[in-house]
Amino acid sequence: MITLDAVKVGDALPPLSYDVTSTTVVLGALAARDWRPMHHDYHFAVDRQGVKDIFLNSPNQGSWLERFVTDWTGPTGRLGRLRFKMRKPIFPGDTMVLEGTVRDVSVDDAGCGWVALDLTIRVGDVTCTESEARVAVPTSPEDNPWRRHGDDWKP
Amino acid sequence: MTDVKPSDPDLPGDVQALIGELQYEELGEFPVERGYFWTSAASVENGNPLFWDDAVADEVTEGPVAPLMLLSAWFRPHHWAPGRAVEKLPLQIHFDLKARFELPEAIMTENTTIFHEPVRPGDRITSAQRLVSVSEEQTRRLGTGRFWIIDVEYRNQRGELCGVERWEGFGYRRDDPPKDASSKDASSKDAR
Repeated sequence: MITLDAVKVGDALPPLSYDVTSTTVVLGALAARDWRPMHHDYHFAVDRQGVKDIFLNSPNQGSWLERFVTDWTGPTGRLGRLRFKMRKPIFPGDTMVLEGTVRDVSVDDAGCGWVALDLTIRVGDVTCTESEARVAVPTSPEDNPWRRHGDDWKP
Repeated sequence: MTDVKPSDPDLPGDVQALIGELQYEELGEFPVERGYFWTSAASVENGNPLFWDDAVADEVTEGPVAPLMLLSAWFRPHHWAPGRAVEKLPLQIHFDLKARFELPEAIMTENTTIFHEPVRPGDRITSAQRLVSVSEEQTRRLGTGRFWIIDVEYRNQRGELCGVERWEGFGYRRDDPPKDASSKDASSKDAR
Protein backbone atom coordinates (compact mmCIF):
# COMPACT_ATOMS: atom_id res chain seq x y z
CA MET A 1 0.00 0.00 0.00
CA ILE A 2 1.35 3.41 -0.93
CA THR A 3 0.69 6.71 0.79
CA LEU A 4 0.69 10.09 -0.89
CA ASP A 5 3.99 11.21 0.63
CA ALA A 6 5.75 8.39 -1.23
CA VAL A 7 4.52 9.52 -4.65
CA LYS A 8 6.34 12.07 -6.79
CA VAL A 9 5.64 13.60 -10.17
CA GLY A 10 7.49 11.62 -12.82
CA ASP A 11 7.39 8.33 -10.91
CA ALA A 12 6.89 5.37 -13.22
CA LEU A 13 4.51 2.54 -12.40
CA PRO A 14 5.92 -0.98 -12.79
CA PRO A 15 5.01 -2.00 -16.36
CA LEU A 16 2.67 -4.91 -16.94
CA SER A 17 3.16 -7.16 -19.95
CA TYR A 18 0.51 -9.66 -21.02
CA ASP A 19 0.16 -12.02 -23.98
CA VAL A 20 -3.39 -11.61 -25.31
CA THR A 21 -5.16 -14.74 -26.56
CA SER A 22 -8.63 -15.38 -27.96
CA THR A 23 -9.56 -16.56 -24.47
CA THR A 24 -8.47 -13.20 -23.04
CA VAL A 25 -10.79 -11.40 -25.45
CA VAL A 26 -13.79 -13.69 -25.02
CA LEU A 27 -13.46 -13.99 -21.25
CA GLY A 28 -13.16 -10.23 -20.89
CA ALA A 29 -16.21 -9.54 -23.03
CA LEU A 30 -18.40 -12.09 -21.28
CA ALA A 31 -17.24 -10.94 -17.84
CA ALA A 32 -18.54 -7.49 -18.77
CA ARG A 33 -21.79 -8.95 -20.20
CA ASP A 34 -20.82 -7.67 -23.64
CA TRP A 35 -22.35 -10.11 -26.12
CA ARG A 36 -21.47 -8.19 -29.29
CA PRO A 37 -20.02 -10.54 -31.91
CA MET A 38 -16.83 -8.66 -32.72
CA HIS A 39 -15.53 -9.81 -29.34
CA HIS A 40 -16.09 -13.53 -29.94
CA ASP A 41 -16.85 -14.15 -33.64
CA TYR A 42 -13.78 -14.08 -35.86
CA HIS A 43 -15.73 -14.03 -39.14
CA PHE A 44 -17.95 -11.18 -37.99
CA ALA A 45 -14.93 -9.15 -36.91
CA VAL A 46 -13.09 -9.73 -40.20
CA ASP A 47 -15.90 -9.78 -42.73
CA ARG A 48 -18.25 -7.21 -41.24
CA GLN A 49 -16.03 -4.91 -39.27
CA GLY A 50 -12.98 -5.04 -41.50
CA VAL A 51 -10.47 -5.76 -38.74
CA LYS A 52 -8.04 -8.67 -38.60
CA ASP A 53 -9.50 -10.60 -35.65
CA ILE A 54 -11.73 -10.32 -32.59
CA PHE A 55 -10.48 -7.62 -30.26
CA LEU A 56 -10.57 -6.53 -26.60
CA ASN A 57 -13.80 -4.74 -25.72
CA SER A 58 -13.95 -1.35 -24.04
CA PRO A 59 -14.98 -2.30 -20.47
CA ASN A 60 -12.33 -5.02 -20.40
CA GLN A 61 -9.63 -2.55 -21.43
CA GLY A 62 -10.88 -0.42 -18.54
CA SER A 63 -10.61 -3.42 -16.23
CA TRP A 64 -7.00 -4.00 -17.31
CA LEU A 65 -6.24 -0.34 -16.57
CA GLU A 66 -8.02 -0.55 -13.20
CA ARG A 67 -5.96 -3.61 -12.30
CA PHE A 68 -2.75 -1.89 -13.43
CA VAL A 69 -3.42 1.13 -11.22
CA THR A 70 -4.46 -0.81 -8.12
CA ASP A 71 -1.54 -3.25 -8.50
CA TRP A 72 0.50 -0.13 -7.78
CA THR A 73 -1.62 1.54 -5.10
CA GLY A 74 -2.75 -1.54 -3.22
CA PRO A 75 -6.34 -2.05 -2.06
CA THR A 76 -6.62 1.35 -0.35
CA GLY A 77 -6.22 3.08 -3.70
CA ARG A 78 -9.63 4.20 -4.95
CA LEU A 79 -10.16 5.20 -8.57
CA GLY A 80 -12.06 8.42 -8.92
CA ARG A 81 -11.93 8.78 -12.66
CA LEU A 82 -10.64 6.80 -15.61
CA ARG A 83 -10.54 7.98 -19.20
CA PHE A 84 -9.24 5.95 -22.09
CA LYS A 85 -9.11 6.51 -25.81
CA MET A 86 -8.77 3.45 -28.00
CA ARG A 87 -6.71 4.29 -31.08
CA LYS A 88 -5.96 0.77 -32.32
CA PRO A 89 -7.65 -2.54 -31.50
CA ILE A 90 -5.82 -5.12 -29.40
CA PHE A 91 -5.96 -8.60 -30.92
CA PRO A 92 -5.14 -12.19 -29.94
CA GLY A 93 -1.42 -12.73 -30.49
CA ASP A 94 -0.54 -9.22 -29.32
CA THR A 95 1.69 -8.73 -26.32
CA MET A 96 0.21 -5.67 -24.65
CA VAL A 97 2.29 -3.59 -22.29
CA LEU A 98 0.65 -1.26 -19.79
CA GLU A 99 2.78 1.66 -18.66
CA GLY A 100 2.16 4.72 -16.56
CA THR A 101 3.71 7.79 -14.99
CA VAL A 102 2.64 10.20 -12.29
CA ARG A 103 1.59 13.55 -13.77
CA ASP A 104 0.38 15.30 -10.62
CA VAL A 105 0.06 14.85 -6.86
CA SER A 106 -2.42 16.92 -4.87
CA VAL A 107 -4.70 17.15 -1.84
CA ASP A 108 -8.22 18.51 -2.32
CA ASP A 109 -10.04 20.85 0.03
CA ALA A 110 -11.70 17.87 1.76
CA GLY A 111 -8.25 16.48 2.61
CA CYS A 112 -8.30 13.65 0.08
CA GLY A 113 -4.98 12.78 -1.58
CA TRP A 114 -5.03 12.42 -5.34
CA VAL A 115 -2.58 11.13 -7.93
CA ALA A 116 -3.05 11.91 -11.63
CA LEU A 117 -1.61 9.26 -13.92
CA ASP A 118 -0.87 9.12 -17.63
CA LEU A 119 -1.29 5.56 -18.85
CA THR A 120 -0.83 3.72 -22.13
CA ILE A 121 -1.44 0.27 -23.52
CA ARG A 122 1.19 -0.43 -26.12
CA VAL A 123 1.70 -3.29 -28.58
CA GLY A 124 5.24 -3.20 -29.91
CA ASP A 125 5.91 0.39 -30.86
CA VAL A 126 2.24 1.21 -31.35
CA THR A 127 0.25 2.96 -28.64
CA CYS A 128 -3.14 1.30 -28.88
CA THR A 129 -4.81 3.05 -25.95
CA GLU A 130 -4.11 6.34 -24.20
CA SER A 131 -5.52 6.82 -20.74
CA GLU A 132 -5.66 9.18 -17.79
CA ALA A 133 -6.56 8.13 -14.27
CA ARG A 134 -7.29 10.06 -11.10
CA VAL A 135 -6.81 7.81 -8.12
CA ALA A 136 -7.15 8.61 -4.43
CA VAL A 137 -4.47 7.24 -2.13
CA PRO A 138 -4.19 7.58 1.65
CA THR A 139 -2.45 10.69 2.92
CA SER A 140 -1.24 8.69 5.95
CA PRO A 141 -1.35 5.07 7.16
CA GLU A 142 -4.52 5.94 9.09
CA ASP A 143 -6.33 7.49 6.11
CA ASN A 144 -8.66 5.49 3.86
CA PRO A 145 -10.20 7.07 0.72
CA TRP A 146 -12.92 4.40 0.66
CA ARG A 147 -14.44 5.94 3.80
CA ARG A 148 -15.22 9.14 1.91
CA HIS A 149 -18.78 9.81 0.82
CA GLY A 150 -20.87 12.75 -0.33
CA ASP A 151 -19.09 16.10 -0.19
CA ASP A 152 -15.88 14.44 1.05
CA TRP A 153 -15.51 12.49 -2.21
CA LYS A 154 -14.67 14.67 -5.22
CA PRO A 155 -13.63 12.40 -8.05
CA MET B 1 -15.26 13.98 -18.90
CA THR B 2 -14.12 14.03 -22.49
CA ASP B 3 -14.09 17.25 -24.39
CA VAL B 4 -17.37 17.57 -26.21
CA LYS B 5 -16.96 17.91 -29.95
CA PRO B 6 -19.41 20.43 -31.37
CA SER B 7 -22.60 18.96 -32.75
CA ASP B 8 -23.47 19.23 -36.41
CA PRO B 9 -25.34 22.56 -36.67
CA ASP B 10 -27.49 21.03 -39.38
CA LEU B 11 -28.62 17.98 -37.41
CA PRO B 12 -32.13 16.80 -38.24
CA GLY B 13 -34.66 18.34 -35.86
CA ASP B 14 -35.69 15.03 -34.30
CA VAL B 15 -32.08 14.27 -33.35
CA GLN B 16 -31.37 17.81 -32.18
CA ALA B 17 -34.39 17.58 -29.88
CA LEU B 18 -32.90 14.57 -28.08
CA ILE B 19 -29.64 16.27 -27.11
CA GLY B 20 -29.57 16.76 -23.35
CA GLU B 21 -32.73 14.72 -22.78
CA LEU B 22 -32.65 11.87 -20.25
CA GLN B 23 -33.79 8.66 -21.98
CA TYR B 24 -34.13 4.95 -21.27
CA GLU B 25 -34.18 5.19 -17.50
CA GLU B 26 -34.45 1.58 -16.43
CA LEU B 27 -33.72 -0.83 -13.64
CA GLY B 28 -31.01 -3.44 -14.27
CA GLU B 29 -32.37 -6.89 -15.02
CA PHE B 30 -30.86 -8.53 -11.95
CA PRO B 31 -29.47 -7.60 -8.53
CA VAL B 32 -25.74 -7.04 -8.40
CA GLU B 33 -24.13 -10.40 -7.79
CA ARG B 34 -20.73 -11.26 -6.51
CA GLY B 35 -20.02 -13.98 -9.07
CA TYR B 36 -19.44 -11.25 -11.63
CA PHE B 37 -16.88 -9.62 -9.31
CA TRP B 38 -14.76 -12.76 -9.42
CA THR B 39 -15.31 -13.42 -13.13
CA SER B 40 -14.31 -9.86 -13.96
CA ALA B 41 -11.26 -9.88 -11.68
CA ALA B 42 -10.23 -13.26 -13.10
CA SER B 43 -10.55 -12.00 -16.68
CA VAL B 44 -7.73 -9.53 -16.05
CA GLU B 45 -5.93 -11.58 -13.40
CA ASN B 46 -6.63 -8.87 -10.83
CA GLY B 47 -5.46 -10.10 -7.44
CA ASN B 48 -6.67 -7.04 -5.52
CA PRO B 49 -7.62 -8.58 -2.14
CA LEU B 50 -10.72 -6.36 -2.01
CA PHE B 51 -12.30 -8.88 -4.36
CA TRP B 52 -10.87 -12.09 -2.94
CA ASP B 53 -10.36 -11.65 0.82
CA ASP B 54 -13.42 -10.80 2.90
CA ALA B 55 -11.32 -9.66 5.85
CA VAL B 56 -9.60 -7.04 3.67
CA ALA B 57 -12.93 -6.01 2.12
CA ASP B 58 -14.45 -5.61 5.59
CA GLU B 59 -11.55 -3.53 6.81
CA VAL B 60 -11.02 -1.31 3.77
CA THR B 61 -14.42 -1.00 2.09
CA GLU B 62 -16.81 -2.05 4.87
CA GLY B 63 -17.72 -5.19 2.92
CA PRO B 64 -17.38 -6.45 -0.66
CA VAL B 65 -17.45 -3.97 -3.51
CA ALA B 66 -17.58 -4.55 -7.26
CA PRO B 67 -14.57 -3.92 -9.48
CA LEU B 68 -15.19 -0.34 -10.52
CA MET B 69 -14.97 -0.86 -14.27
CA LEU B 70 -17.71 -3.44 -14.02
CA LEU B 71 -20.18 -0.55 -13.73
CA SER B 72 -21.65 -0.90 -17.21
CA ALA B 73 -22.29 -4.63 -16.70
CA TRP B 74 -25.21 -3.85 -14.41
CA PHE B 75 -27.26 -2.31 -17.19
CA ARG B 76 -26.41 -4.75 -19.96
CA PRO B 77 -29.47 -6.86 -20.75
CA HIS B 78 -29.51 -10.63 -20.88
CA HIS B 79 -28.78 -11.91 -24.37
CA TRP B 80 -32.15 -13.66 -24.26
CA ALA B 81 -35.13 -13.65 -21.94
CA PRO B 82 -38.50 -15.39 -22.05
CA GLY B 83 -41.04 -13.57 -24.19
CA ARG B 84 -38.48 -11.25 -25.73
CA ALA B 85 -38.89 -11.38 -29.50
CA VAL B 86 -36.24 -8.79 -30.30
CA GLU B 87 -32.78 -8.66 -28.78
CA LYS B 88 -32.60 -5.93 -26.16
CA LEU B 89 -29.50 -3.83 -26.59
CA PRO B 90 -27.38 -1.89 -24.14
CA LEU B 91 -26.70 1.79 -24.79
CA GLN B 92 -29.86 2.03 -26.85
CA ILE B 93 -29.22 5.62 -27.96
CA HIS B 94 -26.14 4.36 -29.78
CA PHE B 95 -28.25 1.91 -31.78
CA ASP B 96 -30.99 4.49 -32.32
CA LEU B 97 -28.42 6.79 -33.94
CA LYS B 98 -27.05 4.00 -36.12
CA ALA B 99 -30.55 3.32 -37.40
CA ARG B 100 -31.46 6.98 -37.76
CA PHE B 101 -28.40 7.78 -39.88
CA GLU B 102 -28.33 4.38 -41.62
CA LEU B 103 -24.83 3.56 -40.40
CA PRO B 104 -24.53 -0.23 -40.20
CA GLU B 105 -21.19 -0.38 -38.37
CA ALA B 106 -19.91 1.32 -35.25
CA ILE B 107 -17.07 1.24 -32.80
CA MET B 108 -16.54 2.79 -29.40
CA THR B 109 -13.52 5.07 -29.40
CA GLU B 110 -13.39 6.60 -25.94
CA ASN B 111 -14.73 6.04 -22.44
CA THR B 112 -14.58 8.22 -19.37
CA THR B 113 -16.00 6.98 -16.08
CA ILE B 114 -16.34 8.93 -12.84
CA PHE B 115 -16.83 6.70 -9.83
CA HIS B 116 -18.93 7.69 -6.83
CA GLU B 117 -20.56 5.30 -4.34
CA PRO B 118 -19.20 1.76 -4.75
CA VAL B 119 -21.52 -0.93 -6.09
CA ARG B 120 -22.14 -3.77 -3.64
CA PRO B 121 -23.72 -7.24 -3.78
CA GLY B 122 -27.52 -7.04 -3.80
CA ASP B 123 -27.67 -3.49 -5.11
CA ARG B 124 -30.29 -2.73 -7.72
CA ILE B 125 -28.79 -0.35 -10.23
CA THR B 126 -30.86 2.03 -12.34
CA SER B 127 -29.30 3.54 -15.44
CA ALA B 128 -30.34 6.43 -17.63
CA GLN B 129 -28.84 7.65 -20.90
CA ARG B 130 -28.36 11.13 -22.29
CA LEU B 131 -27.27 12.11 -25.81
CA VAL B 132 -24.59 14.80 -25.54
CA SER B 133 -23.57 15.49 -29.15
CA VAL B 134 -23.55 14.20 -32.74
CA SER B 135 -20.86 15.35 -35.16
CA GLU B 136 -21.09 16.24 -38.81
CA GLU B 137 -20.53 13.38 -41.24
CA GLN B 138 -16.83 12.70 -41.80
CA THR B 139 -14.60 10.10 -43.41
CA ARG B 140 -12.08 8.10 -41.41
CA ARG B 141 -10.01 5.01 -42.09
CA LEU B 142 -12.90 2.69 -41.26
CA GLY B 143 -15.46 4.50 -43.39
CA THR B 144 -17.78 7.49 -43.48
CA GLY B 145 -20.03 8.34 -40.58
CA ARG B 146 -20.54 10.40 -37.45
CA PHE B 147 -19.11 10.57 -33.94
CA TRP B 148 -21.48 10.81 -31.02
CA ILE B 149 -21.20 11.14 -27.27
CA ILE B 150 -23.59 9.49 -24.82
CA ASP B 151 -23.62 9.78 -21.02
CA VAL B 152 -24.95 7.01 -18.78
CA GLU B 153 -25.77 7.65 -15.12
CA TYR B 154 -25.95 4.82 -12.62
CA ARG B 155 -27.76 5.03 -9.27
CA ASN B 156 -28.34 2.44 -6.57
CA GLN B 157 -31.63 1.58 -4.87
CA ARG B 158 -31.15 4.48 -2.45
CA GLY B 159 -30.82 6.94 -5.32
CA GLU B 160 -27.11 7.44 -4.63
CA LEU B 161 -24.99 8.17 -7.69
CA CYS B 162 -22.62 5.25 -8.30
CA GLY B 163 -21.00 6.60 -11.42
CA VAL B 164 -21.29 8.40 -14.72
CA GLU B 165 -19.92 7.01 -17.94
CA ARG B 166 -19.30 9.00 -21.08
CA TRP B 167 -19.03 6.95 -24.28
CA GLU B 168 -17.78 8.27 -27.58
CA GLY B 169 -18.72 6.14 -30.58
CA PHE B 170 -18.24 6.33 -34.33
CA GLY B 171 -21.07 5.01 -36.48
CA TYR B 172 -20.03 4.43 -40.08
CA ARG B 173 -20.57 2.70 -43.36
CA ARG B 174 -17.57 1.01 -44.90
CA ASP B 175 -16.29 2.47 -48.15
CA ASP B 176 -15.42 -1.11 -49.19
CA PRO B 177 -18.59 -3.19 -48.75
CA PRO B 178 -18.27 -6.06 -46.27
CA LYS B 179 -18.19 -9.56 -47.75
CA ASP B 180 -21.59 -10.47 -46.39
CA ALA B 181 -23.29 -7.11 -46.83
CA SER B 182 -26.02 -8.67 -48.95
CA SER B 183 -26.86 -11.31 -46.37
CA LYS B 184 -30.05 -10.81 -44.42
CA ASP B 185 -28.23 -12.27 -41.43
CA ALA B 186 -25.87 -9.33 -41.49
CA SER B 187 -28.54 -7.07 -40.06
CA SER B 188 -27.78 -3.95 -38.11
CA LYS B 189 -28.73 -5.69 -34.88
CA ASP B 190 -25.54 -7.68 -35.16
CA ALA B 191 -23.32 -4.69 -35.59
CA ARG B 192 -22.24 -2.74 -32.59
